[in-house]
Amino acid sequence: MSWQDTLIKVLIIVGQSLALLVALLIIIAFLLLADRKIWAAVQLRRGPNVVGPFGLFQSFADLLKFVLKEPVIPSGANKVAFLLAPLITCVLALAAWAVVPVADGWVIASLNLGTLYIFAISSLGVYGIIMGGWASNSKYPFLAALRSAAQMVSYEVSIGFVIVTVLMCAGSLDLSKVVLAQDTRLGIFGWYWLPLLPMFVIFFISALAETNRPPFDLVEAESELVAGFMTEYGSTPYLLFMLGEYVAIMTMCALATVLFLGGWLSPIPFAPFTWVPGIIWFLLKVCFMFFLFAMAKAMVPRYRYDQLMRLGWKVFLPISLVAVVVVASFLHFTGMAPQ
Amino acid sequence: MSFAAAFFYLFACILVGSAFMVISSRNPVYSVLFLILAFVNAAGLFILIGAEFLALILVVVYVGAVAVLFLFVVMMLDVDFVELRQGFLQYLPVGVVVGLIFLAELVLVVGAWASGPGVSVARNAVMTYPRGNTHALGQVLYTDYIYFFQIAGFVLLVAMIGAIVLTLRHKPNVKRQNISAQVARTPETAMEVVKVRPGQGL
Repeated sequence: MSWQDTLIKVLIIVGQSLALLVALLIIIAFLLLADRKIWAAVQLRRGPNVVGPFGLFQSFADLLKFVLKEPVIPSGANKVAFLLAPLITCVLALAAWAVVPVADGWVIASLNLGTLYIFAISSLGVYGIIMGGWASNSKYPFLAALRSAAQMVSYEVSIGFVIVTVLMCAGSLDLSKVVLAQDTRLGIFGWYWLPLLPMFVIFFISALAETNRPPFDLVEAESELVAGFMTEYGSTPYLLFMLGEYVAIMTMCALATVLFLGGWLSPIPFAPFTWVPGIIWFLLKVCFMFFLFAMAKAMVPRYRYDQLMRLGWKVFLPISLVAVVVVASFLHFTGMAPQ
Repeated sequence: MSFAAAFFYLFACILVGSAFMVISSRNPVYSVLFLILAFVNAAGLFILIGAEFLALILVVVYVGAVAVLFLFVVMMLDVDFVELRQGFLQYLPVGVVVGLIFLAELVLVVGAWASGPGVSVARNAVMTYPRGNTHALGQVLYTDYIYFFQIAGFVLLVAMIGAIVLTLRHKPNVKRQNISAQVARTPETAMEVVKVRPGQGL
C-alpha cells in the first residue's frame, strides 16, 4: 500500500469521525433541551421557552454563556489534574462512539470486540470524576468523587454480566453482528428485550447508575454535597463535564438500542417500513431510551447511599450471575446456541 | 519504518517513561495516575501484536477497577512519603535483589519462548486460531483447563471471604434497614384507625 492510499484512508476516517461528532453534538444539544422540557412538563412547568421558537436554541445560548465566561481555578487546586479531568470525561465519552453501528455498515471502526471496547471505555469514565474531585482540593467534591467511584465500579459489574447474556444469545462481540442476530421475521418481538426482559430492566437501571442520572445522582446530590465533584468548576471545564455526562447517557441509550432493541432494524419487518433508512429507526430508538431516562429523572426520588450499594451488590449482581448460568444452560441444552 | 513500528515505539516509550514516573514522582496520586497511563499503553502494545481481547480486558480489569481502588486508598490514606523515603538506602539491597531475580526470570521465560523446541507451534496457536483469539482463550480457559480455572477462582474466593471475616465487626446498637419487612407492610399492619371522642382523647 503506497503512502497516498494510506493518507486517503486516514482522511476518510477523520472525515467520518468529524461528521459523527458534529451530528452527535447537535443531537445532544436538542436532547438536553428535551430533557429539560420533559422534566418541566412532568412538573407542569413550561421549561426553557425564551431563546428561539419554543426555546429550541436554549442549549446554544448556554454553550455561548459557558464558553465566554472566565474559567476560575481555585488557588489550592492541582491545576494540571483540575483541567485534565473534564477533558478526560469528554474525550472518553466521545471515543466510545467509534464502534457504535448507527445503521447497517455505518460504523467508524468495525471492531470484532466492539462490546468490550464500549465497556472498557465507559469503565474509564470514572477517572474524570475522581480526578476532578481530588484536584479541586475541597471537601464536597472529594466526598462526591469517592461516592461516585464506588457507585460506578459497583454497577459496572452487573452491566458486564447483562452484556454477557446478550452476547451468548448473539454469539459475537461485534455490535453489528449483535444487531443482525436480532433480525428475525418476528420484527419487534424478535429483539432481545422480550426473551431477556429481566436483563433489559437491570441494564436500564444500571445504566442510570453508571451515568450518575437520577435516582442515582449521588455524585452531585445538591442537597448534601453542593454540586458534587463539579462544585469548583465553572465555564468551559464545567461545560465539558456536562457534555461528557450527556454523551455517556447517549452511549448507554445507543448500547441499550443495539443490545436489546434491534439497533437499526425496523420494528415491523415488511415492505413500507423496511424502506425507512436504518439511521432513522436507530435515532428513534435512542430517543425512546432517552425519554425513559428523562422520565426516571422526573419521577423517582433519589436513592440513599446504602440502598444504592445494596441494590447493586445484593440484588443485581446475584440476579445477573444466575441469569448468565440460566441463559447459558438454556442455549446449550436446547441446542439454540449460535455456532 | 511501518506504522505498526512507529506506534510500537510510541507506546513503548510512554510505557517505560510513565513506569519510571510511577516510582519517581513525589505525589503518590501522580504515581497512580502514571501507573494507569502505563496500563493503557501496555494495552496498546497488546493490540499491536493482535491480542485485542487481552488489551481490552487489561483496560477493564486493571484500569477500570483495580487502579480505581489504588487511587481510593492513596487519596484517603494520609501517607507521609518523605518519611517512607528515608529508609531508601537501607532497603536498596533488598530491592536490587528482588529486581535481579525478576530480571533473571524474565530472561529465562523470554529465552525459552523464543528458542525452546516445539514452542513455535504453541506461540502461533492462539494467533492463528481461525475464530479469533477471544474464542481461543475461551476454549483454553473454560474447556481445556476448566478445573485449574475453577481452583484458581476458589482460591480467590477464599481470600475474599478471609478478608471479609477479618474485618467484619458487628456493632451493637446499629439500626439496620430490613427491606423485606418494610415491603411486607400493609395498611392493616401499619396503621390503626381510631375514633377520638371530643373532649376525651384516647
